[in-house]
Amino acid sequence: MMAEALQAFLEFYGALPRPVQILGQIVLLVAPLMVCVAYLTYAERKVISYMQVRIGPNRVGPRGWLQPIADALKLMFKEIIIPSGANKFLFIISPVISIGTALAAWAVIPFADGVVISDLNAGLLYVLAVTSLGVYGVIIAGWSSNSKYALLGAMRSAAQIVAYEIAMGFALVGVLMAAGSLNLGEIVRAQAGEWGPVNWFALPLLPLFLIYFISGVAETNRAPFDVAEGESEIVAGFHVEYSGMAFAVFFLAEYANMILISALATIMFLGGWLSPLHGWAPAGWFEVPVLGLLLDDGIHWFLAKTAFFLFCYLWFRATFPRYRYDQIMRLGWKVFIPITIVWLLVVGGFILGGLPPWWAPAG
Amino acid sequence: MLEHYLPVVIFLVVGLGVGVVMISLGFVMGRRRPDAEKLSPYECGFEAFEDSRMKFDVRYYLVAILFIIFDLEIAFLFPWAVVLEDIGLFGFLAMVLFLGILVIGFIYEWKKGALEWE
Repeated sequence: MMAEALQAFLEFYGALPRPVQILGQIVLLVAPLMVCVAYLTYAERKVISYMQVRIGPNRVGPRGWLQPIADALKLMFKEIIIPSGANKFLFIISPVISIGTALAAWAVIPFADGVVISDLNAGLLYVLAVTSLGVYGVIIAGWSSNSKYALLGAMRSAAQIVAYEIAMGFALVGVLMAAGSLNLGEIVRAQAGEWGPVNWFALPLLPLFLIYFISGVAETNRAPFDVAEGESEIVAGFHVEYSGMAFAVFFLAEYANMILISALATIMFLGGWLSPLHGWAPAGWFEVPVLGLLLDDGIHWFLAKTAFFLFCYLWFRATFPRYRYDQIMRLGWKVFIPITIVWLLVVGGFILGGLPPWWAPAG
Repeated sequence: MLEHYLPVVIFLVVGLGVGVVMISLGFVMGRRRPDAEKLSPYECGFEAFEDSRMKFDVRYYLVAILFIIFDLEIAFLFPWAVVLEDIGLFGFLAMVLFLGILVIGFIYEWKKGALEWE
């Protein structure tokens, strides 16, 4: 009965025109992503409150589970204020740019072997290009608001994003050298091997891995690099004049970007969907009927690793005090860039020397 | 090859569409009762003095210019990194030379104080 229904559905799906199929896949990705974003805000409040020995939201629904939905409804019914003197068109278009670029980068993210909407050969280049466009949303929002705080926040934010993008780009070059491909699926496959987790790029590229994730935190303007928002000095930075749904869209874009950075770190350094049990667990473990599937490679490992990075984001925010702006710029330009350049040469040496177990010895 | 980009284009449209739909929803559902005080730009309770499109530090420009140079380097390194295993030692040394020139420029910027924010 189930099999027949599935068969019928697959036939129906196969007969649809190609753009409609793609649209279906996109909806299948974006809808859960939006739910993840909503519940990431809930997780953030809960995690941070427990770290500060509070309870956090606990009134809406059991244990506050409906809190994100209540927040969304509230924001929907709030007035969208367009300040006098603002450039109306740019003011409204900038949150759309933010969310558009934050979502579009997901087109090339592989969730499991072959589970990807568009298997681009230039996947990593595409991700770098689209995420770089996100800075336009910030700077247009800050400029069009016609408010001093918004302009200051936008300037700071843009300079910071741009500075950390260089360190991030160099870290990506290291990954490319190691994997020999721009295709994100190929990058994960290059990390498979008989040594299991040791084969992942996190180990030979450890400095680049740390720099990539820290730069990712700075790119998304999250604590401890959140001078762009700096509520104690410039109130909320570039989105101080936004209210209601327009504000909510910026908020969604920020959280979608956090999840994207975490997913990319997973793919490039922690072996994406690969199971950490390979290489040392007895082969018999993967033969067990249901448990074996869970232990073997699959989307659940990808999600678990991504969730780990997201937890780190929240953890950082609860732990570290905010950096000063000059410290941020010094870290980006004077620490990260020299380290990445040196480590690129080291990785080049590793590859040409054929360092096992990651690269075959030359011969 | 090119058909791989169709999903990307559709995804971009959907992404922008999500933003447009959400903001339109906000305009439709939210009420609108503007008044002069509410619409004035936020400035800690003061009336805004001076134009808010004010002068800002030249170092922001400097960062933007340095970013362009370094980002171009990265774009230039991408194809090299992909084929590194095929071009071997010669390709690697050529890039070391190139990176060396880049690093000389970087040291010059550093010494000139272009990276100072204190």
